[in-house]
Amino acid sequence: MHSAVANWRIFSLSAPARFYRVTAWLNPWLWALCLVFTFAGLWMGFVVAPTDATQGEAYRIIFIHVPAAWMSMVLYLAMAFWAVLGWAWKVRMASMLARAIAPTGAIFTLLALWTGACWGKPTWGAWWVWDARLTSELILLFLYMGYLGLVASIDDVRRADHAGALLALVGVINVPVIYFSVRWWNTLHQGASISMTAAPKMASTMLTAMLLMTLAFWAYAFAVVFLRARAIAIERESDHEWVMALTLNQQNAQ
Amino acid sequence: MNYDNLHDLWELGGYGRYVWPAYGLTAWLMIAEPWLAARRLAKALSQARQQTDEEEG
Repeated sequence: MHSAVANWRIFSLSAPARFYRVTAWLNPWLWALCLVFTFAGLWMGFVVAPTDATQGEAYRIIFIHVPAAWMSMVLYLAMAFWAVLGWAWKVRMASMLARAIAPTGAIFTLLALWTGACWGKPTWGAWWVWDARLTSELILLFLYMGYLGLVASIDDVRRADHAGALLALVGVINVPVIYFSVRWWNTLHQGASISMTAAPKMASTMLTAMLLMTLAFWAYAFAVVFLRARAIAIERESDHEWVMALTLNQQNAQ
Repeated sequence: MNYDNLHDLWELGGYGRYVWPAYGLTAWLMIAEPWLAARRLAKALSQARQQTDEEEG
């Protein structure tokens, strides 16, 4: 029992060092994947996919709108997961990951709302309506901003992590509300274009373009979150041995 | 090919004024965010280096 505790301790203490090393190696590959998928997705979306019969060219916003909206929800769940893990089990890297995810999640939420507005104006005739889907997505943006504001306002890092985890956890309820809003309420927003149980309601070239852009956004999210998490790890652990060893190595390499 | 020339691609049958701002902000934020994160990492590293120097020296 004692050795298991000791092993866990060593594992958790060395985690940021290992995280730093692995993600530093991974990141160039993730950026490359992001670029490749972006170019492939834009090519499919603008060159191969035909003009939509009812919406004309306006529908091409879907290739970034749907992936951004998906990322905004997935990243919230990831943020809440890591925040709670860091809170309950004192895993250092987990709390740092939660903090690293929040700005990226907020950006994707803003983009989902903005691209939605740019799509709503020509198709619905309004930039914004107080529809259940739009309103719950706006609440998601406020949750991200609330999380960011809360953790920034508390000086003690551990207490800030705990308060953030609590807020993130309470806000999780909003994610299924966003997802199912188009079914639960009579919304102006259209229903899901693809689902687990039915065939997609869109042309296969359009679907391919959207999925390629989704992969690009996934690669982007991993890369930028890892980058920020590394910065946070260095900021928090500058007096730890692994950071000193890292900076000495860099100096020797120069 | 959906468009004969760049002008058609820009116009997008009259919808360019909605589609390109949507793509524009997306591109801008997805370039600015990694740039800011990279700057934050560089700053953190240089501060850690200073701290190590002080402790070593």
